[in-house]
Amino acid sequence: MTVEAVLGSPEIRHPLLEQLSQLWRNKTAVAGLVIVILFIGAALLAPWISPHDPIETSLYDQLQPPAWAEGGSTRHILGTDDLGRDILSRIIWGARVSLLVAVVSVSLAFVVGTLIGSLAGYYKGTLDNVTMRVMDIILSFPYILLAIVVVAYLGPNLRNAMIAIGITYVPRFARIVRGSVLEESEKDYVLAARSIGAGNLRIVFLEILPNCLGPLIVQTTLSFASAVLDAAALSFLGLGAQPPTPEWGAMIAHSRSLILRASWVMTFPGIAILLAVLGFNLLGDGLRDALDPRLRD
Amino acid sequence: MLAYIVRRLLILIPTLLGVSIIVFMMLRMTPGDPAELLLGERATNEALVEVRERLGLNEPLHVQYGLFLKRLAQGDLGETIWTRQKVWTEIRERFPATIELAVVALGISCVVGIFLGIVSATRQYSIFDYLSMLGALIGVSMPIFWLGLVFMLIFSLGLGWLPISGRLSIGVSIETITNFYILDSLLTRNWVALRDVIWHIIMPAVTLSTIPTAIVARMTRSAMLEVLRQDYIKTAKAKGLSNFKVVYKHALRNALIPVVTTIGLQFGVLLCGAILTETIFAWPGVGKWMYDAVMKRDYMVIQGGTLFIASLFIFINLAVDVLYAVINPRISVR
Repeated sequence: MTVEAVLGSPEIRHPLLEQLSQLWRNKTAVAGLVIVILFIGAALLAPWISPHDPIETSLYDQLQPPAWAEGGSTRHILGTDDLGRDILSRIIWGARVSLLVAVVSVSLAFVVGTLIGSLAGYYKGTLDNVTMRVMDIILSFPYILLAIVVVAYLGPNLRNAMIAIGITYVPRFARIVRGSVLEESEKDYVLAARSIGAGNLRIVFLEILPNCLGPLIVQTTLSFASAVLDAAALSFLGLGAQPPTPEWGAMIAHSRSLILRASWVMTFPGIAILLAVLGFNLLGDGLRDALDPRLRD
Repeated sequence: MLAYIVRRLLILIPTLLGVSIIVFMMLRMTPGDPAELLLGERATNEALVEVRERLGLNEPLHVQYGLFLKRLAQGDLGETIWTRQKVWTEIRERFPATIELAVVALGISCVVGIFLGIVSATRQYSIFDYLSMLGALIGVSMPIFWLGLVFMLIFSLGLGWLPISGRLSIGVSIETITNFYILDSLLTRNWVALRDVIWHIIMPAVTLSTIPTAIVARMTRSAMLEVLRQDYIKTAKAKGLSNFKVVYKHALRNALIPVVTTIGLQFGVLLCGAILTETIFAWPGVGKWMYDAVMKRDYMVIQGGTLFIASLFIFINLAVDVLYAVINPRISVR
């Protein structure tokens, strides 16, 4: 940005907004945003836009191929599974399950990780050493193994899958926040805040943390991508959503036995997972370019 | 350098202890009687009493943990619930299959990923660059359990080119020396078996390599772009070196430093992915074994397998860090 451009702008916007506006110039990020909005829209509007009930079975409609294939009808655009359930409807409702898992598990990791990271980064010393060592220990489990083990002990259902995914994501947030807080806490404005008598908690959460938002937003978006993927993987293994819940990973697992007779039953949920994850990844990459110039290549 | 390695080894101790505490606590925090969980529902009363006695389950927690550590130090991971075999024996039987799969997958990732990364970086903003980076993005977003099934549908069921699952065809035998089938068939010059083994490993290995390949490609590209911007590259070009020499000799060497770390860390990703890939392709490795154990609630296997994989993961990460310090003389070894 040139000097004229800065001086010439009549209004001064928040720097975060300024950076976010760069996102619009990034075509792949906008593509990601569109996919994410479609995904969230499908999740929120599922009861109104899905053509059929996702759970209701229908003996007469078993294994209908998709509309464009031979024998398909527009009644079931993406076909039906072996219980006669409409695949499009199940995918739309599945978006709801995936979004729920992603929101809950990432929020869990976000809150716990940010809390641990900011306190460790601000107070340093023993607290920092101990908490970061614990984070290292969690990171030393291959994460999906940790999630599988947690679910194996707690019992296989969606709630435990969300807890498991949340736990495994805590260290990423803790580390990022700790790093940013360490860096920020050396700056003059922190000293200024302290000199006017602001308490430690106020300094950490109201003064420092807002300045660490950039990397946090990026990490949250990218974590949404992996949470959708991991939730699908856990459900595929039978450790997440249980039948008849319309969940994408569980749909793929259910369709394994039909792979020869009806490949469409397996194909579409996979594409749905791929697209949703891709959307969050594209958006996350775009946000990283916009918010965290240090990481730009 | 030595001090750095020693320090890293010292950090290993609390980390490994932490892992053991987590694995130890998991069973104790699971609702139900640990002895019953360990022995399964078929356990007799005498067996339950015996296990409680042997594991000290009637003792306070810290004593139990002490006993747990003592058994670990003796290399005793206990017996499985279902097969009544030593857990360690079962790991040893299955581990070569997992490593073989992971190494082949990692090999594919390195070759394909580094190649894509270099070409994309040297032709930044070309069609090739866009396509390979789009491919890499799709790669990191790929549900590999689904991709594996799609491969199966196309290459096994559709075209009939590759076997659908397993490690070896029925009727093909291998004299097992190392339990790494590729190595074994090479050592015994059993070409029929070698062909069969390679035929079986292609699909699971390619499936497993998807995400690491994409990550390596992206990493190589950005590392190469970073290096290609530097002055010494301009100098190399200015003194008239061929483009090939500049890219592959001068630039690549420096660009590979972060890439090596990335590749090392992918090994952990591969071990994770192995659980999914082995389950789909019925590959008789540690991943499928763990999955079966979770399904059968064989807590001894889950416990032993988790400890084993987590320790392995820690040692690999350590090795990667040390290697990074060795190949990058600029790193400040504080």
